[in-house]
Amino acid sequence: MIPPIWMHPMRRLLGLLLAVGFALVAGAAHAHPHVWITATSELLYAEDGSITGVRHAWTFDDMFSAYAVQGLESKKKGAYTREELGPLAQTNVESLKEYAYFTFAKADGKKERFNEPVDYFLDYKDTVLTLHFTLPLKNPVKPKQLVLEVFDRSFFIDFQMAKDNPVRLVGAPSGCQMKLDRPSDGTATAQKLNEQTFMDGPNANFGMMFANKITVDCP
Amino acid sequence: MKPHLSPLGRGLLACAAVLLVVGVADAALHDVLAQNPFGAPKQAQAAEPEAGGLIGWLLAKQSEFYRQMSSTIRAAKSDGSAVWTLLFISFAYGIFHAAGPGHGKAVIASYLVANRETARRGIALSFASALMQSLVAILIVGISAWILNATARTMCKAEGAIEIASYALIALFGLRLVWVKGRSFIHTLPATQPVPAIAGVPHDHHDHGHHHHHDAHDHHDHDHHHDQAHAHHHGHDHVHDEHCGHSHGPTPSELAGPGGWRRGLAAILTVGIRPCSGAILVLVFALAQGLFWAGIAATFLMGLGTAITVAAIAVMAVSAKDIAARLSGARDGGGALFMRGIEFGAAALVLLFGAGLLFGYIAAERTTCF
Repeated sequence: MIPPIWMHPMRRLLGLLLAVGFALVAGAAHAHPHVWITATSELLYAEDGSITGVRHAWTFDDMFSAYAVQGLESKKKGAYTREELGPLAQTNVESLKEYAYFTFAKADGKKERFNEPVDYFLDYKDTVLTLHFTLPLKNPVKPKQLVLEVFDRSFFIDFQMAKDNPVRLVGAPSGCQMKLDRPSDGTATAQKLNEQTFMDGPNANFGMMFANKITVDCP
Repeated sequence: MKPHLSPLGRGLLACAAVLLVVGVADAALHDVLAQNPFGAPKQAQAAEPEAGGLIGWLLAKQSEFYRQMSSTIRAAKSDGSAVWTLLFISFAYGIFHAAGPGHGKAVIASYLVANRETARRGIALSFASALMQSLVAILIVGISAWILNATARTMCKAEGAIEIASYALIALFGLRLVWVKGRSFIHTLPATQPVPAIAGVPHDHHDHGHHHHHDAHDHHDHDHHHDQAHAHHHGHDHVHDEHCGHSHGPTPSELAGPGGWRRGLAAILTVGIRPCSGAILVLVFALAQGLFWAGIAATFLMGLGTAITVAAIAVMAVSAKDIAARLSGARDGGGALFMRGIEFGAAALVLLFGAGLLFGYIAAERTTCF
């Protein structure tokens, strides 16, 4: 028997508790991207067909670009030369180290590491900044399959590979096939997450959902 | 309404209380697991709650509104009417975005539950802290970027320092709550039978005009709490402190009375000191476009939207606790213990939250200094 006097408030209470609990869980650790990057990447090959590194060109969104150049000295107002942006480029690559350059490589399933970036500089064109840098592989590899992922696990930065020529293989042996898996646009991905994420169990990873996955198969 | 609880009712109530604590702990746990970006595969667990369709939708919405801001500010340069669009977008963004821990939503809700504040106070706290957040963002950008023409790097460092300070404040705030609530919780343990504790009553009310020992005040409140129950049994002859009235609406004197605002000031400062990095980006961008005022207006609208969401959550938290308190029929020792337990749990959550943020276990909306 359920006494009617408290049944009603009890239901309300449960509803509220659920709502509060949900709101707290929902809100707790969820950020959305604050920076958008449009990326193009080049895979660099040596003469012998081994992969030596990755060269990225990352174009920031205009809001972040405006933020990044705030207070920088320039001879011409609203234009910044490569030299004027030099210190900023250095700060960029130094800061990126903490995030492993958002670049993750696997050669035949084995994780590969990168050395510190070389040949880095910033361009400012049409009010947006583009960061160019080369990540040399610690040990050049010659795998049958190379998987390169570019993404921010915490999804503070939203990486999108460029529409045109997002990936180039520079000096790759003939017969190598490149495949790019893009994350679908934010909306669809976020909504699609549910079942897939649960299915993936402990191997699931939130940021992965937003990963750009480049796969190169060579004979 | 004075519900008389059957044993079944009490059992259910116990479940409900446990649910609240679990829900709150769960949120904290997920935060803890949501390590710093490149922490560990632990991230995997944190991914699960994010998976929900509704949450995904919320994320997508904020993202969408946020992205529209830069183009709208640009448009406002040539087309004045775009400012209205900007204000609307900012407001909507604020409503959706009030989720981030930096916005102190969890801190405010926990504080209200721990301190038995009223819903009306919760609303006031939410609005005051959101207003302060907006002001801090505007001051940071106004002083460093506009007046000093500092670089993003400098600004970001300032932001980072404020961030650390705000986390430390949350931890301290939580520590104080835990100290006070822990003492009262332990205090309640032996006193599971209703014991008249008249001795505890008088000095609490007077204290509070002179010092800001809000928590000491709350502590006394607990002894007092028993009195209230006691008084109900014996003919309502006890005029009790209005702050402990779970079943009473807020009186105007509660907000206007001595220390009415001061009592919440610590909470407002703790939550409001940390600006939202999104607001800073928008402000700097607006400044670069020569439309700083539009950025300021947008920031205030974001704050308003944030306040509405936080206030709604605060009201939910307070209502849930009020109902729990009413159902536990505070006259009963076990019920009182429950309530102290929930309060202690809420206090502990604030501490956990602050410590987690401070030591980097919780991934907040991070300030990235590129």
